[in-house]
Amino acid sequence: MTDMSYTSTRSGNSAGKIALRWGLYLMLGLFALFYLMPLFVMVTTSFKSLEEIRTGDLISLPREVTLDAWRTAWSGACTGIQCEGVRPFFWNSVQIAIPAVFISTLIGALNGYVVAQWRFKGANLFFALMLFGCFIPFQVVLLPMARMLGLMGLAGTIPGLIFVHVIYGLGFTTLFFRNYYVSIPSELTKAAKVDGAGFFRIFWSVFLPLSLPIIVVTVIWQFTQIWNDFLFGISFSQAGTQPVTVALNNIVNSTTGIKAYNVDMAAAIIAALPTLFVYVVAGKYFVRGLTAGSVKG
Amino acid sequence: MTKWLEENTPKLVLAPSFVIVLIFVYGFIAWTAWVSLTRSRLLPKYEIEGFIQYDRLFASPRWDTAFSNLFVFGFLFIVIAMILGLILAILLDQNIRTEGAIRTIYLYPMALSMIVTGTAWKWILNPGLGLEATVRGWGFENFTFDWLVNPDMAIYTIVIAAIWQSSGFVMALFLAGLRSVDQEIIKAAQVDGIPTWRVYTAIIIPSMAPIFLSAFIVLSHLAIKSFDLVIALTGGGPGYATDLPATYMYAMAFSRGDIGQAASSAMIMMMVVFAIVVPYLYSELRSKDD
Repeated sequence: MTDMSYTSTRSGNSAGKIALRWGLYLMLGLFALFYLMPLFVMVTTSFKSLEEIRTGDLISLPREVTLDAWRTAWSGACTGIQCEGVRPFFWNSVQIAIPAVFISTLIGALNGYVVAQWRFKGANLFFALMLFGCFIPFQVVLLPMARMLGLMGLAGTIPGLIFVHVIYGLGFTTLFFRNYYVSIPSELTKAAKVDGAGFFRIFWSVFLPLSLPIIVVTVIWQFTQIWNDFLFGISFSQAGTQPVTVALNNIVNSTTGIKAYNVDMAAAIIAALPTLFVYVVAGKYFVRGLTAGSVKG
Repeated sequence: MTKWLEENTPKLVLAPSFVIVLIFVYGFIAWTAWVSLTRSRLLPKYEIEGFIQYDRLFASPRWDTAFSNLFVFGFLFIVIAMILGLILAILLDQNIRTEGAIRTIYLYPMALSMIVTGTAWKWILNPGLGLEATVRGWGFENFTFDWLVNPDMAIYTIVIAAIWQSSGFVMALFLAGLRSVDQEIIKAAQVDGIPTWRVYTAIIIPSMAPIFLSAFIVLSHLAIKSFDLVIALTGGGPGYATDLPATYMYAMAFSRGDIGQAASSAMIMMMVVFAIVVPYLYSELRSKDD
């Protein structure tokens, strides 16, 4: 008797637990739908024909899959007077992002190495100045930067954009490496010094080999920031040197001809693919960069 | 000579960055501050005239809209993103078997450019063909959802898209926080028969105060810098109903040719950021030294 009542309350309890569990998964699933819905709509719309779009069902699958929109978005859509699609601008972004990521990461590594391991009077002040620099709204440097790029003969050029991204990326890259190197015992540097190794030698053969994780985090962070940048891109480029985000915005907001929503969506996916790819392949490092960039001095 | 070089290499390595930061961050801020006190229009002038640009700024109805939009948008965005992020983190903290996959789904918008996000939501919220038409197609003929073109409601579309983009990130922050709470205390509370929701409200959430603070800092920073999303989603319209300080500044600098207004609005933006960030960074650096 007692046994039976015991099992019955127990099973009642676990039935409640199972219901709770189901509710939990249901809620998680609904939230997942909320986050996935825009991506789903973008992808399906990009494969639809304009006629099908005009019948106005956002979430239906395409009745007939067509690649026309993708072809137009890549090489035919108009961004203002030019009608070459996003292709040339995609390559602009590549040409901007790769050197800017490389240079800012390298300088950030050296800076972080000095601030963390070669403390001298003023190094902390330097770091504090850099840290505040991470937080300024870039609007406050736009006007003088535009003039400076003009003076340097870099206005509206790709090297000009690389220069801007390197400068305003330094704060974060220095922060990342400094926080990483600070956790490496300074005895290591001291021992290497005793052995006669110099500043660069220690960096090259002791610190760099230890740095792979933070290099990955920094490269991903910088790449995402620079690839997704719009403010610098629209402020300091001209026709022909615009990055892909600016070109995408021009396609979407171009007023000539009929609105081709499928082309807009295909262009948006193309512009998003590189960073999405990085996220899917190296999500762990991406998240680490986000949280490291957001907290702790 | 080589000895001197050897001793000073670290300083020499830091020197270029130091100079760059001084010029391109602090020098440029000083330039903008200076110009914001002049009569500059199409070209910068350097005779200081006092606060005329700020007077013009606060007399401008467009700035008025932009500035109050910042607070409406910022408040809703920060509060909702934090609540949603916290809920998601707590839901995911219940030993979910597919946690990794779900986390990936919640967080992927953070990898997208705001321009991509804006483009997607602009299409979804399109009154003629988007969500509205879809719901009407299901038989709800009178369903209207025209926020995107409604001057009173358009700012909320920006809130929606911004939350979609950033709430997963808040979730990641909170989830890391939940995991760092001392498991022994939680176990002890469970042994004492304290219900789970009480464990959360009385023990776990209060112990995450620093994480709330950093989430707040990051989100408010994102809110003040919001520029791309507005440009892509509404272009600041209808009219200038969804202008934010960032779009106001850009319009003055690059399309209206009013450098004085651009500089003064940029300075106000910086002051708002610093009012939030400086106390935070100061306490962070102070606590490091202790």
